[in-house]
Amino acid sequence: MAQLKDWQELPPGGLVTPADALQPRTGDWRTAGRPVVHYESCINCLLCWLYCPDSAVELDGSTLSGIDYDFCKGCELCVEVCPTGALVMTEEAA
Amino acid sequence: MSRLKTMVRNQHGVQPLRGGHALCQGCGIPMVVRTVLSTIDRPAVVVNATGCLEVATTRYPTTAWNVPWLHVAFENAAAVASGIDAAQAALRRRHALPADTEVAVVVFAGDGGTYDIGLQALSGALERGHRFLFVCYDNEAYMNTGVQRSGATPFAASTTTSPAGLESFGKAQQRKDMTAIAVAHHLPYVAQAASTYWHDLSVKVERAAAVDGPAFLNVLTDCPLGWGHEPRQAPHVIAAAVESCFWPLYEVVDGRYALTYEPQDVLPIERWLEGQKRFAHLLRPESEELRNEIQLTVDREWAGLRARCAADAKGARP
Amino acid sequence: MIAAEPQLLTGGEAVAHALRQIEPDVVPVYPITPQTPIIQTFSSMVADGQAHTAIVNVESEHSAMSAAIGSALAGARTATATSSQGLALMAEVVYIAASMRAPIVMAVGNRALSGPINIHCDHSDSMLVRDSGVIQLFAESAQDAYDLTVMAPRIAEHPDVMLPVLVCQDGFTITHAAEPVTLLRDEEVRTFVGPYELPQPALDARHPATRGPFAMPDYYFEFRRAQAAALEIALDVIMDVAHRFELLSGRRVGPYEGYRLHGADHVIVALGSSAGTVKDVVDELRHDGENVGLLELHAFRPFPARDVVRLLGGVRDVIVLDRADSPGGAPPLAAEVAFALRGSDALVRSHVYGLGGRDLHPEAVRDVFRGRASHYIGVRDGDECPA
Repeated sequence: MAQLKDWQELPPGGLVTPADALQPRTGDWRTAGRPVVHYESCINCLLCWLYCPDSAVELDGSTLSGIDYDFCKGCELCVEVCPTGALVMTEEAA
Repeated sequence: MSRLKTMVRNQHGVQPLRGGHALCQGCGIPMVVRTVLSTIDRPAVVVNATGCLEVATTRYPTTAWNVPWLHVAFENAAAVASGIDAAQAALRRRHALPADTEVAVVVFAGDGGTYDIGLQALSGALERGHRFLFVCYDNEAYMNTGVQRSGATPFAASTTTSPAGLESFGKAQQRKDMTAIAVAHHLPYVAQAASTYWHDLSVKVERAAAVDGPAFLNVLTDCPLGWGHEPRQAPHVIAAAVESCFWPLYEVVDGRYALTYEPQDVLPIERWLEGQKRFAHLLRPESEELRNEIQLTVDREWAGLRARCAADAKGARP
Repeated sequence: MIAAEPQLLTGGEAVAHALRQIEPDVVPVYPITPQTPIIQTFSSMVADGQAHTAIVNVESEHSAMSAAIGSALAGARTATATSSQGLALMAEVVYIAASMRAPIVMAVGNRALSGPINIHCDHSDSMLVRDSGVIQLFAESAQDAYDLTVMAPRIAEHPDVMLPVLVCQDGFTITHAAEPVTLLRDEEVRTFVGPYELPQPALDARHPATRGPFAMPDYYFEFRRAQAAALEIALDVIMDVAHRFELLSGRRVGPYEGYRLHGADHVIVALGSSAGTVKDVVDELRHDGENVGLLELHAFRPFPARDVVRLLGGVRDVIVLDRADSPGGAPPLAAEVAFALRGSDALVRSHVYGLGGRDLHPEAVRDVFRGRASHYIGVRDGDECPA
């Protein structure tokens, strides 16, 4: 748990830069499994990338390379829009 | 290169809006934001009105934004954007900014911060002709404060301040036609779009970002919580809005109307109503009259819009 | 320093000249009496190319301050002007400008708040935003209004301050009345004011920053504490800028001005043009052997409490004149002075005068010194016996 800053440590006006920001791991919002990529079926249409509200679909260039489970909330939109069924909701990893 | 791949490329490896924010599971807003910011091929500064997007992405000391971003208050995003636009022009005039880069000024506001409390500042900014893009993510109610009705809430929708009950059928008033209000400001570019019709939206963003003046985009955006549907049903729910002509997709370029999408088989209004809990009371047998009224209104407005588009296509308007 | 010829200028025109010489990048404006001569005069100057400022004719004062925040945080020096209802309307955004640390200079033509609607002078508009975290400086004269406006950017933009500065002048009494005003030369103002430098401006996409966050109870209090610290530092900055301005102009407009305080048994504390009236009465009464004086404050926020204690702590009779009221409680300036002097030997009395433009006459000031004035000076009161 990050230490809360003293008032003297606050940047004037509360300005936050992306590098200083402490993003919470919203992946722990998931309750009903996680989307898993079956790469053999993936055609890199990038629809899942666009639809994901949490920017959790990772790309290498314009190739799907994974899901960031630190931030995926499990909304299943990627599964819904995938045209080939390459994304499947699966039980959480142990 | 496909449009999606272009959008990926425009990000230069950095997502404008990243994860770790507190928007609901399956929120419809980020898709709109990311489509807009990834389509614009130059750097952007975002002005965000108070609302879901602003609150959930910037709880101190977090930020989900990788672009310059300001939030000032609820009703004044367009005024803040006006100031940034004026500053950019003034600084460029005295050569205080790099000559080759122009930063796009983009406002994101919900329907509350656009149709209602934000209307004055928006109208003023549009009238003054500032170079900026105003994007309304219209989810048809004040969602962040708990689904209260706004000027964008559709007729007969149930919200927490216009609930359907034993003696009420929901919101008693028609929605404002905010797109028409924007058009009345003689803008170079106005368009109506929908979140999951992302290709149409992206094309419109490109056109909007290219004009030398104000542009207004009214983007229907789903709210799974406020509308009452499973997040993953969003593409179907939004499709019902568009395919029933409840929410036509069109643009107005220098005052000339044109449809950008025409449904092949127009769906009856029930398809739009049946996917969402906020309309559940309208599907009862005793609500037939209300359904008919809604259908008539949609039919009339769709016919009017088609006629206008046809007339403008013929060049009947100057 | 070449002695310049004074010109006959109203307070409004004088501030317009200051803005012309400062040449802000952006000035959002919305008209309201009695500030309008400022923006009209300045607009004419810009139209004639005497200043290359982008004037943004916004559709309300709320939008004027909002646009000013956008502009200032985008890296452009920004100023605006308002009065009364305009200040009230933008009050929400004034607080935000302070918390977002936007160094905006705002000219205020002090005017009474409605209702009834009244276009004449009192300080109720400034007092409405006294808790907002902005700096508030008060002019006694058109010359002060000019001087304070020239000083304002250096105060506002100081890296340890970075707060809006309100330069307040009495509506009509100063804004519309012509006096001899000595202007500095254009280059002198340009050099004095210098460039505006903001780290990570909003137009710098290479160094993106998030401004205007949402803070929960775990952080909001620390933000407010930090703002208070900036106002504490601001007092020293005002002194320093006033000193440097004095070196340039020969005129000193610091946070306070003691007038014939030496040996005074009765001292009036006041803001604004009425301080000038009090000075005349002090001269008269001193001539007759009475030990009276004036402590005029130019800075209301930050409040120069330590100086008030130092100068008035031993004074038997301190009379605070407020040109604003706080019905149901203590008038604002009286509350500040009494709080500052707690624990000292001074005894503080309070009067409210001049609301809605009611003039303060020298006879009334004499009555005040002699303890004969009513709390609400000059109000027609059926219960009071005529003097």
